[in-house]
Amino acid sequence: MNNLIYLPGVVTLALDVEKCNGCRMCMIVCPHAVFEMENKRAVIRRKDFCMECGACAKNCPEGAIAVKSGVGCAAGIINGILRGTEPTCDCDSGGTCC
Amino acid sequence: MDASFITGHLQTSAGPVPQISTTWSRRDRWNTVKTRWSVGRMSYRVLPGPYAVGAPDHASRVFVTGNYKLSFDHLRRALSGIDAWILVIDTKGINVWCAAGKGTFSTKEVVRRIRIHHLGELVDHRKIILPQLGATGVAAHEVKKMTGFSVIYGPVKAAHIKAFLDDGLKASDAMRRVTFPTADRLKLIPVDIFYGKYYLLIVPAIFLMLSGFTPGGYSVDLVFSSGWKTTVNLFAGYLAGCVLAPALLPWIPFRRFALKGLATGWLVALVLATLHFLGAGATEIIAWFLMIGGLSSFMAMNFTGSSTFTSLSGVQKEMKTALPVQIAMVSVGLAGWIFTRFFAL
Repeated sequence: MNNLIYLPGVVTLALDVEKCNGCRMCMIVCPHAVFEMENKRAVIRRKDFCMECGACAKNCPEGAIAVKSGVGCAAGIINGILRGTEPTCDCDSGGTCC
Repeated sequence: MDASFITGHLQTSAGPVPQISTTWSRRDRWNTVKTRWSVGRMSYRVLPGPYAVGAPDHASRVFVTGNYKLSFDHLRRALSGIDAWILVIDTKGINVWCAAGKGTFSTKEVVRRIRIHHLGELVDHRKIILPQLGATGVAAHEVKKMTGFSVIYGPVKAAHIKAFLDDGLKASDAMRRVTFPTADRLKLIPVDIFYGKYYLLIVPAIFLMLSGFTPGGYSVDLVFSSGWKTTVNLFAGYLAGCVLAPALLPWIPFRRFALKGLATGWLVALVLATLHFLGAGATEIIAWFLMIGGLSSFMAMNFTGSSTFTSLSGVQKEMKTALPVQIAMVSVGLAGWIFTRFFAL
């Protein structure tokens, strides 16, 4: 399933290696194996596989990772445009969603 | 709320805790099918709180999950033969991953549930196991700071929990990856079929009505002799985008979902054209290609929401060009088709 990769060069993921303490939490939570360890510090190895879920940034105790996370979902983005908010798959209006 | 999985109650130092079955009843199975088809999906929930699997004690593991019944069912089934606690947190009936993305499977809710259900009295260790996909909403180090409980992220799939336990709470690299195999994609298709809701009836009805118009006047016979083909065309375009494109996802050559949908849409349109479903004149045929292509492209693009690998930045980039093109295709196609109802070319 290596061809299940989305658009290249668009992902907002960034890692400040200087801040990394080598705890490996980003490697544990990433569902697409984006990170690897190099010299006891994390590095971004497969950036285009990132889906910007934000799990790594959320679980980095050093705040070394930044990513503009959100729903990678067309319906959610349209929802956001219609309501003038950030992309949201929020379904309080009773519609179907993920 | 269905609670037929509760088999009894366990008296604990933190109060009575419902004991639950680890097998799926016929009703659980049937409800799973219904949920996949969008029936009652948004209200398929379990009551948040602690549950006991087997005969757990103070040393037993604690598994945290959301209160979408399907998530809960997969977890309890995976725990068969194990004595453990399940702590269900309130995710408003949404699955763990989506809830984590929306912020209901969150640090705050995990901390709140640990406190109000006195987890610290139920067990004497200080570890909780969360599904890996919950990590999008939960900061492990903050839960630790606020409650003293260490968060251990388990495997992505509940089915791998036994292996995770056997390996000393370690998930292999493969268990940490999210894939998107055909079986998973097929399971997600039915919900998208109902995306159009009542428009699925209204739009074909309008086309059917309009199909009776000819430059020479209205003909009811025409509606019955060939007008029904418009219904077939519309559904073919719709399903090309929300069934065919997701099913064939890895094998359609483009990365953009909108292009994948355009490809399946035009493929279907080509078949319909050879079957003489798209009308006789060139204008009408082109109009249908535009409508079917635009519709299919839009529906396929929507599948980004079901997929497990599309990023927000990527979908935004794709939509910036795709959405205006889709709208233009459908509008121009529609105008062209209506034009041919009233004017002979």
